[in-house]
Amino acid sequence: MNESPDKQIANMEEGIALPRKNGELVFEAPWEGRAFGMAVALNENGEYDWSEFQNLLAAEIADAEQGHDSSTYYERWLASLEKLLLDKGMLEADELEVRTTEYASGERDDDWHD
Amino acid sequence: MSGQHHREPEPYPAIRTKAIESLLIEKGIFTGDAIDAKVQAYESDIGPMNGAKVVARAWVDSGYRERLLANGREAISEMGFADNQGAELVVHENTQAVHNVVVCTLCSCYPWSVLGLPPTWYKSFAYRSRAVMEPRKVLKEFGLELDDSVEVRVWDSNSDIRYMILPERPDGTEGMSEDELIELVSRDSMIGVGKAKTPAQVS
Repeated sequence: MNESPDKQIANMEEGIALPRKNGELVFEAPWEGRAFGMAVALNENGEYDWSEFQNLLAAEIADAEQGHDSSTYYERWLASLEKLLLDKGMLEADELEVRTTEYASGERDDDWHD
Repeated sequence: MSGQHHREPEPYPAIRTKAIESLLIEKGIFTGDAIDAKVQAYESDIGPMNGAKVVARAWVDSGYRERLLANGREAISEMGFADNQGAELVVHENTQAVHNVVVCTLCSCYPWSVLGLPPTWYKSFAYRSRAVMEPRKVLKEFGLELDDSVEVRVWDSNSDIRYMILPERPDGTEGMSEDELIELVSRDSMIGVGKAKTPAQVS
């Protein structure tokens, strides 16, 4: 393995820690793995500091728990990622909505493996 | 890359993730392959290094050693290592008189927050069944021959209790710093199928 994991991501504190089973990361669906990989790749590219993402994630989890929201860990992860990308100007809200609608309607359909 | 032509509506987060990924790829921010590589790198991300730090601390700090043996879970969390599956961590100390070894006969329960992912042999049927029946023979196959006077204790892990072994501090390490001592602590020594390395074995 030539990619070495970043300890601050691997060992996030309890409460916001990555879901695991006997040490291995657990992804309930392929998109969860993609959302995880994107956040990590952006951090390693230097697009943001991991603490920025981590703070958003912690806030997202706290909000969800306070509101007794039944969203999953990676749904909260995805919401945090989206916020950060919009904040950083790496994505525009409009284009994201358009693209989401295209995928939802089947108008756009890539060879996504899942 | 398998065909996915059955048309079940995808959940919103899956669609949203696709939308984000496709836009970022178009903008040249990353490639799809780079994301695959990240996911793979983290699937086995925690090495036995956390456990080695715990052992080295216990060797140099007798107060820490006592806390570790009294309540492993609290003691590892002191060092920032949490077991977020909520299992207890029981630490047994190997001495000249008693040698402890860990197994999980039922499945592969393992103190991964300190030791990383279990090695393949730990999960093998042979190890799981034989470690309890004939521990001395199994240890010998790992290259560890114990004198008959040494008592061998085998600890069977389960989903509530994980075990880690505090290996004996090797001779000739009196002047070594905590950081240097970390290098001596192998994964196998914390499972109990080996001893900590000697300074000569490391250099």
